[in-house]
Amino acid sequence: MSEEIKADKVMDLKGLPCPMPVVKVSKGIKEIAVGQVLEAHTTDPGALADFPAWARTSGNEILKTEQGSGVIKFFIKRKA
Amino acid sequence: MSTQLAHIEQQITEMKGKLEALSGEKHENKLSMIVFSGDLDRVLAAFVIATGAVAMGMEVVMFFTFWGTPVLRDKGKKAGDKDLMGKMFGAMLPKGACAVKLSKMNMAGMGTAMMKSLMKKKNVASLEQMMEMAGELGVQIYVCEMSMDLMGFKREEMISYPHMDFCGVAKFLEEAMTSKIQLFI
Repeated sequence: MSEEIKADKVMDLKGLPCPMPVVKVSKGIKEIAVGQVLEAHTTDPGALADFPAWARTSGNEILKTEQGSGVIKFFIKRKA
Repeated sequence: MSTQLAHIEQQITEMKGKLEALSGEKHENKLSMIVFSGDLDRVLAAFVIATGAVAMGMEVVMFFTFWGTPVLRDKGKKAGDKDLMGKMFGAMLPKGACAVKLSKMNMAGMGTAMMKSLMKKKNVASLEQMMEMAGELGVQIYVCEMSMDLMGFKREEMISYPHMDFCGVAKFLEEAMTSKIQLFI
């Protein structure tokens, strides 16, 4: 049984290469409240390393990463 | 026994001193970069790192000097009152971000044009877009006053970037001293 995560905001970052996904997500997370969840969709394979690195340094938490048909979905909880 | 105690006491005092010195070193969560190059590829990398660093929560300071200076010229602006050398440099150096060339495979401009069209196709932001983004994100740009003077550039021919100032080496060093990361590009 996989737990359903409800996102408070969804960002479509498909087709955007480095550094845009991380730049945009860092802006987008400021638009939700602490404790809320941001769902980001990207097609940049580099994001698999970049998003966790960004989350660690910015103090946010990646709750779940989903991969399928070339799109990577991140569920990020704003903690800072 | 008492000499041993005195020795330990002395060591503790030394360690206290070292600790104080360490806490006095203020490394802020900041990145300082010297942009010396005026090559499209290098300057683009500088802005990718700069915008990425802001995303990571860092403060970013870029110091443009020498060949990096003409990247900040505005192609639409003109500055009068230049001497012969100033006019020559002005004509020979690229006028702004749209005019800078690749460091390799330029092939009389063909390589640069091909790279630009490839970047567009692959959705990679252009240098002009990256600079605009850096401005929105609050990246601070300092321009080397000496390079401006040497190449005969006037302030009125530079781009209107929201956080741009002119300075010398001391300002950069002050920023670099308090930065966690310093880069030379």
